[in-house]
This record gives sequence, structure tokens and C-alpha cells, in this order.
Amino acid sequence: MRNENSNREAALQQAALSDDQRARQDWISVLSTSPTARLIELFDAVSDTPEFAFLRKPESGLIMTQGRIGGTGGAFNMGEMTVTRCSVQLTDGTIGHAYQAGRDKKKARCSAILDAMLQQPERHAEIMGTVIEPLKAEKAALDAARSKKIAATKVEFFTLVRGEN
Amino acid sequence: MYVAVKGGERAIDNAHRLLAEDRRGDPSVPDISVAQIREQMKLAVGRVMTEGSVYDPDLAALALKQARGDMIEAIFLVRAYRTTLARFGNSLPVKTGAMKIDRRISAAFKDVPGGQILGPTFDYTHRLIDFKLAADGELPEEAISSEEAAPHALHVLDLLAGEGLVEMPEASINDEAPGDITRTPVEYPMDRQTRLQSLARGDEGFLLALGYSTQRGYAKNHPFAGEIRVGRVAVEFQPEELGFPIQIGEMEMTECNMINQFKGSKTAPPQFTRGYGVALGHGERKAMAMALVDRSLRAGELGEERTAPAQDEEFVLSHCDNVQATGFVEHLKLPHYVDFQSELNLVRKMRKQVDGCMTSAAKEAAE
Repeated sequence: MRNENSNREAALQQAALSDDQRARQDWISVLSTSPTARLIELFDAVSDTPEFAFLRKPESGLIMTQGRIGGTGGAFNMGEMTVTRCSVQLTDGTIGHAYQAGRDKKKARCSAILDAMLQQPERHAEIMGTVIEPLKAEKAALDAARSKKIAATKVEFFTLVRGEN
Repeated sequence: MYVAVKGGERAIDNAHRLLAEDRRGDPSVPDISVAQIREQMKLAVGRVMTEGSVYDPDLAALALKQARGDMIEAIFLVRAYRTTLARFGNSLPVKTGAMKIDRRISAAFKDVPGGQILGPTFDYTHRLIDFKLAADGELPEEAISSEEAAPHALHVLDLLAGEGLVEMPEASINDEAPGDITRTPVEYPMDRQTRLQSLARGDEGFLLALGYSTQRGYAKNHPFAGEIRVGRVAVEFQPEELGFPIQIGEMEMTECNMINQFKGSKTAPPQFTRGYGVALGHGERKAMAMALVDRSLRAGELGEERTAPAQDEEFVLSHCDNVQATGFVEHLKLPHYVDFQSELNLVRKMRKQVDGCMTSAAKEAAE
């Protein structure tokens, strides 16, 4: 499988990514980690969604997740994860992709269309403002609220020395 | 030789219909939804994902519903489902050091940078049945800190590795394509990477018992829970069509780094060695047991005498998969009529011979 090797190189390539690629990585990760219902709600509110053709209809499959021995050592296979992917092409030729954890085909389709629209200079700012930024802010708020509850469980243990007064 | 049987279709259909009815239980009690199982039976869902070896909380919850709560049946369903899907590739190794922490404790080091974070834990509860849960579903008042926890915390053991007293995790012999027991037939001896994959999907009860045996003196290795952490990690994948890695989702997971005394060998100075365990979702017992067994299986590599079951790689790894185990044990329920008939005939024949000998011996004695 080619992906096995290319993934390893990926870490090295990270430094060499262009600003456009980094921006795309960022919005793709927002789309992937957002709750399906909310993403579809925001997608449905977008006016003038473009015509598109499927390059790859939404399909579910697996990705083998890897961990590292001790957290930082050599790689090993931890177990698989369900993933749904989809690729679309807009009439101007722009291509959008989605690879997302889970089995939700509608979410993958909407995400691939949004990924394509976000690459169009004339739609980029609008989609960032109406879809990506709200999703990012909502996720950040959820994470922050969780983090505060987790922080409240931080403990300081004292060691009691036997025989001490 | 196993000889199949035919017939019985109607009875089998009816049995499955009855199973569906019994699965539903008393119809006056509301049906349980998959979302309810996913949210409220979270640790059961985690175990099905870990041992089913597929991360998908909704799928695992559905499998649990279908299996009427039978863990191994649900795990079996998930394993069967995964064979129907194509594999798109491998993720990049997840960065557990960058985990969004829900829980992070060390039983060995009191003052760890980032602090001891208990998170949602059964530890320090009194294990008294809470009848209030049966009465109403009210939540206790929430406790919220004014500050967020550190977004992520460094691995405790890496902070200490500088002194050389705790071993650093080894690099893999094949980091680009670690061994994969779902793709290549299992061979022994097995490298540690591949062993970890096998243990990661291994039965919690089996590994728990083996880990326990090491604590009781069978392959004694005096462990400390160096660090246990639970939280969410980003899963990244590089699609060929993009040429750069993207995040495809978040995965909740548990990680345990055990540290063990090691008096040293001809080639290694005395230091602490490590055992490693993981679970998908929140599964501390599994991760801890796995870490103990990972360490005991390193006996050969560390020059320790192999005397206990938990040090026997082939024994441990070839019996830790509960889907394989249940398949072989439970197949005994299926009709073995021809099999048994032939053995019955054999025993009858043997008995005849023995009886014949005994009668002639008795005759001789009488004479």
C-alpha cells in the first residue's frame, strides 16, 4: 500500500507545506471534527450551492490507526477506524475531497462540496464566515467547557511519612 | 472429521424470531436507543471498539444492542462487519503526548508537571449501590474550574528519561510498515510492534488474569503505574489525492505506561523498564493489564528466565483473541452427531475387546 510509506514522509513534508495547503488542512480538520447535524444545518443555509459531479461517490471504509510504543517509540497498529470519503468536482473544475471518521455519507458529501467552494476565491470568504468559523468557535467553546470541568479534578497528593509527629 | 447436518430451517427461523422478541424484552418498557447506549454505556462501547478493533462508537453501540449486551457477541459482530469494508490506508501514528486530556495520573511520581488530573473516575468511590440512579436521572451540580486544564501534558516518563534511569521506548524495526496480524499470518517469535497489535485487541479478562498472575509472582516484575492517560487524540491521514496529511477525526483513547524494576543484564545497566498498553475509548483496566503483559512478554529480549505463562509469547498471543476463542469453544454446541456416533462405535468396540479379555481372564482364574 502506497499510503503506508507516504504517511511517514508526510511528517517531513509538513514543514514544506504552502500557506494555501495549511489553510486547507485547517478547514478540513474543522469539517471532520464537527457534529454532523450542525454541519448539515450550516451547509443547508448556504445559498447558491454549486453544481457538482462526483469523482468518487461517498463510500465507507477503514483506516488502520497507528500508535507508538510507549507513546513515542516505534509505530504499531492499534486498530481500525471507520472512515467515509467523497470527492466532487465543480463545473469550473475545482475539486473537493473529504475523508472523515464515521459512516456518515451525507456529511462527507457536504464536506467535499464545501472543501471545493473554499478553494474558489469568489466563495472562500463567505464559506469561512458562515460555516468554518462558527463550527470552529463552537468546537473551541465545547473543548474549553470540558477542559474547565477536567481542571476541577486536578489533585495535590501529600505524602504522609510514618512515625512523624 | 466434522460432518454437516441439513434441515431444521423452520425451527431455526422461529428461534431467531423468538430471539428478536426476547431482545426487545417487555414491550411495556421503552425500547433502548443506540444513542442511549453510546452515551450511557460508554465503557461497554469502548470495550467493544477495543476488542472488535474498530473505532466507531455508534457501530459498537448498535452491536451491543443486537447482542443483548453480550460483549463477546458484540465484538464478534464488529469483527465480522469490518471484513465487509475496504481499507483506505494507515493513519499517521497518533500523538498521545498532544492528547486533549480527560484524565492523567501517575502512581509513581507525585509532582508531575501539568498535575495529577483525576477526570471522570470510579477510583475513590465507595462502591456502594446508588439507589438514586434508579429513582431519577438528576445530575449533581457541576464543578468547574476558573482555569482550563493544560491543553496537553507531556508524558511523565519522558520527563525522567533524561537521567537514563527509565528506558526510552524502542524505535521499531519497521516503522514504515509495522507488522499487521489482519494482513499477514501470525508467526512466532513476534516482534514487539506486532505483539502490541495482538494484545490491543486481546480479551480484557484474559489479559487481566495474566497481568494479575505477574503481580502474584508468576514472572514477577514489580510494576508501578508510571502514567495512565485518557483523552482525545487527532487522527491524521494522508490521502494520495491530496499529498499532505489531514485530520480525519478525533479518537478517544486510553494509554498506560507501566514501569518495572530491572536489575540489569550483561548488556544493559540496572534501570526501570517499561510496558505499554492502549485501549480505544476509556478502558483503563485493559490498558493496564496489557502493559503488564507487554512487559512480561519482553522476558527474552531482557534476558530474563521464562518460567511463567505470562512470559510465553505463543501461549499468550494465540489465546488472547476472544473471537477466536469463543468460536472454537462455542462450536461444540453445533451438531456433532456423526462425529460422536463414530466415537461411540469405537468405544463399544474397545469395550467388547476389554470385556472379552476380562471374561477369558476370569475363566483362567476359575480353572
